[in-house]
Amino acid sequence: MNVNSNGYTYGFATILVVLVAVILASLAMGLKPFQQANVTKEKKQNILQSIGLDVDRDQAETQFPEFITGQYVIQNGKVVSEDGAAAFNIDMAKAIKVVSTEREVPLYVAEKDGGKFYIIPLRGKGLWGPVWGFISLESDGKTVYGATFGHKGETPGLGAEITTDAFTSQFKGKSLDDADFTIYVVKKGKGMAPNSDVDGISGGTITSDGVNDMIQDCLNAYKPYLETI
Amino acid sequence: MSTETKVKKSEGLFSKKNQKLITDPFNDNNPITVQVLGICSALAITVKLEPAIVMSISVMFVLGLGNVVISLIRNLIPNRIRIIVQLVIVAALVIIVDQVLKAFVYDVSKQLSVFVGLIITNCIIMGRFEAFALANTPWKSFMDGIGNAVGYGVILIIVAFFRELLGSGSLMGFQVIPDSWYIANGGFYANNGFMLFPPMALIVVGIIIWAQRAKNTKLIEENN
Repeated sequence: MNVNSNGYTYGFATILVVLVAVILASLAMGLKPFQQANVTKEKKQNILQSIGLDVDRDQAETQFPEFITGQYVIQNGKVVSEDGAAAFNIDMAKAIKVVSTEREVPLYVAEKDGGKFYIIPLRGKGLWGPVWGFISLESDGKTVYGATFGHKGETPGLGAEITTDAFTSQFKGKSLDDADFTIYVVKKGKGMAPNSDVDGISGGTITSDGVNDMIQDCLNAYKPYLETI
Repeated sequence: MSTETKVKKSEGLFSKKNQKLITDPFNDNNPITVQVLGICSALAITVKLEPAIVMSISVMFVLGLGNVVISLIRNLIPNRIRIIVQLVIVAALVIIVDQVLKAFVYDVSKQLSVFVGLIITNCIIMGRFEAFALANTPWKSFMDGIGNAVGYGVILIIVAFFRELLGSGSLMGFQVIPDSWYIANGGFYANNGFMLFPPMALIVVGIIIWAQRAKNTKLIEENN
């Protein structure tokens, strides 16, 4: 058989591509439940971490219901649903495309050591891709209790440092700015409001700015609700 | 002694020639320092040690298996589309690695993020397919793939070791430079932030090449 004839070349290409497609598609389908489970567990883990609970991913599944007492869907200051699954499954990537006054966003209420905490999911843009996180507020709806961040592909050692304790621990105890209802992420030493700003990552300016915008944008959707409590 | 007296077949699985396939890329024919391939990923993922190690393992899987697959179908591949066929195979293997990492070692997959996908663009892989697997039997190709991946991985890990140590003061994420040394805590030491930037990887690779050539005089080109 002449492997260099036109007909053979077309045939070979077709068979190869179909074969590879079938293998990859079935692999992706087969692994999807595992990957999905990881993502769900990680989300629960992140929510718990934002109120300072250091659980690993497998514990998160069982610990989550113990601490999270309410999951609500909030829209412009009102609770529109108290269905936990509906709140948990809101896709923040889609939600942030809606203007903040019409946005349906999830709010998690947690109880720990007798205190009540509000946990707010964040989602925004970094340098290379999306960044996200959770920020927890104390029962006054104003003082930050904790924060965690994640990212898709920020530069390791630079922007990716937003996930480190060194960065996130700065948030604890800060108070949301009165006018803008946010925590500013600023260049080291350039802050104007020491009570409501944290130092960004040196060398990761665009990621830090992205986190800054994300916090402001996402918190704004909760402003009308949190101001009533 | 008894093991050595066993008569070997004309070409044993681990004959001298085959062993050379594994050991050659380690030093005399290292893909990074001698062939100067795969530099791009050496720059990108050597900021920390752990991703460098996982990257090396992933490349080993892709290169070893890819070489075998290409070698198995080497007589069936139409010459005119062989590069495309190679690309399809690499891409498929890389996606498999990515999906498996995501499903079973989620944390590691998060660390590597986009760089797993970038294995496709690693010139070492295409280079070995084209230069070796297309012309050799599956077993030899497998040895060659593993050998080159190890040669690649060793350099990656050496570079990552120095970059993480000097740039972040840690190894595998554990702080090894004592906190009290840092200027912030009244000490005398500061991390070299420069090490976190890709160009420093190039300089570290350069130093490794220099050291290697100083030791291995075979590699020094004649001056005409």
